Amino acid sequence: MSAKVWIVVQHREGHLHRMSREAIAGGQQLASLLGGTAEAVVLGHGVGPVAEELGGYDLAAVHVADAEALADYTPGGYVGVLAAALKDHAPTHVVLAHSYQNIEYMARLAQAVGGSLLPEATGFETDEEGVVWRRPVLGGKLQARVRAVGPAPLLVSFQSGVFGGSDAATGNAPRVELDASAAAPDREILGVEEVAGEHVDLSAAEIVVAVGRGIGDGDKLKIIEALAESLGAEIGASRPVIDNGWLPRDRQIGSSGQTIAPKLYIAIGISGAIQHLVGMKGASTVVAVNKDAEAPIFGVADYGIVGDLHEIVPALTEAIREAKAAAG
Amino acid sequence: MKIAVCVKQVPDTEARLRVAGDGRWVDEENLPFVINESDEYALEEALQIAERTVGEVVVLSIGPARVREALRKCLALGAHRAMHLSDEAFAGGDAMATGRALAAAIAREGFDLVLTGSQSDDVGSGSTGSIVAGHLGWPHAWLVMGVELEEGNSSAKVTREMESGMNEVLRIQLPAVLEIQAGLNHPRYASLKGIMQAKKKEMAEVSAADLGLDGAAIGASGATVEILSVAFPESGEGARIIEGDASSAAQELVDRLQKEARVL
Ligand SMILES: Cc1cc2nc3c(=O)[nH]c(=O)nc-3n(C[C@H](O)[C@H](O)[C@H](O)COP(=O)(O)OP(=O)(O)OC[C@H]3O[C@@H](n4cnc5c(N)ncnc54)[C@H](O)[C@@H]3O)c2cc1C
Repeated sequence: MSAKVWIVVQHREGHLHRMSREAIAGGQQLASLLGGTAEAVVLGHGVGPVAEELGGYDLAAVHVADAEALADYTPGGYVGVLAAALKDHAPTHVVLAHSYQNIEYMARLAQAVGGSLLPEATGFETDEEGVVWRRPVLGGKLQARVRAVGPAPLLVSFQSGVFGGSDAATGNAPRVELDASAAAPDREILGVEEVAGEHVDLSAAEIVVAVGRGIGDGDKLKIIEALAESLGAEIGASRPVIDNGWLPRDRQIGSSGQTIAPKLYIAIGISGAIQHLVGMKGASTVVAVNKDAEAPIFGVADYGIVGDLHEIVPALTEAIREAKAAAG
Repeated sequence: MKIAVCVKQVPDTEARLRVAGDGRWVDEENLPFVINESDEYALEEALQIAERTVGEVVVLSIGPARVREALRKCLALGAHRAMHLSDEAFAGGDAMATGRALAAAIAREGFDLVLTGSQSDDVGSGSTGSIVAGHLGWPHAWLVMGVELEEGNSSAKVTREMESGMNEVLRIQLPAVLEIQAGLNHPRYASLKGIMQAKKKEMAEVSAADLGLDGAAIGASGATVEILSVAFPESGEGARIIEGDASSAAQELVDRLQKEARVL
């Protein structure tokens, strides 16, 4: 049986989501590795412009489910339509971007069709027995090699940045209508709101000192403040620091927080989970201070010091003050 | 309200990890385990809802004997009863197999609301709660940052986290499965009294047969993905590690940031 790879895209205001372009590239590469075809699927209401954009990619078809019941994304709307479509068209693989919206419904879709589920893939290759997937486990401290062993279709989501959106092959794909009558919205959307906070814009800062759970307690933040002051830097944080109430939510860096690209980023007591890294990978120079030499943050840092931050941070502040004084 | 909370016991994120002899997972010998972080927030939310609605909180966990320690802690924090899904047949399951087993236990008892964490800190599929909801035929929401019960407890206003600092507010009919994101509340600490009381609370052992589950559909046999091996990632270029005591390392770092990276 040859592979039929469906790529279900996400869109907003008439445009494809950035990560969905990456998913198209990933789905195309998977189809070509397995010697099959890649097709896109879009759901929504008035999605003509998105369908047209998809038509410009090298895909065997663009399936379009256009209905009022799909105007807002709801798990019930998407799962209803897709479960029926997967039964009718029997793709072997369903590829999605590993975005919050997709994660929310993909497992439910896998359950509804009795398929297999592989969230957060970071790559794939083939061996004698078939496809071997890669995905992170234990907060990215380890990489796992995984095989799908259950029934088709296999639903797989690709982590952000695994494929380049601009690598998706262009072409000319025909539009095919998809039956949307099984959409069954299961929530009422009341609105979208910004997360409360002081609205610090960290993206303007040239230097960011970011603190993680390794600080141990909110009352230990003074050494971080002193370091930031010596550098004229803004303070950012990983999620647990915010969740613990040690710093306000608007200091969070990562997939649920701010995305920044400073000249210098100093990560202190941060392990380097993917949800944090996506918020700071644009930084030009990255320094990590961590007591664990195997922390994933050292894999993305330019400079690292392995040791206790409570000793290293004050020493660093001191060294910066001296260097600044020497420079006059 | 009668609320079920699904919790998972995971390796402490602070723990030093070693790859097990067979190369397929981490070596669990002497590995410290804790309650999964977002599950702690789910339990706290359930306790608060139960306090407001004069309800009952039942915690469920699948795993070997060690998970009883996690369940005991949940009881000390205020959960009323615990259910340990304890059976060799449950071992080695992925989110699909585990979700099926949890849903069977929840359906057998009957609940008004199910709370889970959004994602486990070990396997991290972010899927189990959604699969439970699918089996129950209930609506669900993932990354829940707020729960407000409405009139008659028949619906809830739910805040769902989106990317980049935005939240979506939605209304969901109950019963539902809400997958709680870390940070929506401040989990309490166990009191001495709570710890004492926990010893007297019910901890039921539930087998696959009790739930009428076919062994082929659960655990490793029911899993749709299988881990072949785990390894520490190759760090590629990786960081230049600066050695020495704190003050000499700090000085060398500042020197390199000035002269090599030219960012100071
Ligand atoms: C849907 C979702 C969205 C998320 N969004 C975000 C987000 O936007 N931003 C974000 O940051 N996270 C986010 N997370 C959480 C993320 O997965 C990680 O849990 C989090 O980034 C870990 O934070 P941390 O590195 O500070 O803590 P940990 O992973 O606990 O790491 C602490 C580090 O400190 C080190 N350490 C401890 N003590 C010391 C010491 N004395 N000296 C030196 N080092 C020490 C340890 O070795 C360890 O590496 C999200 C998770 C999910 C599921």
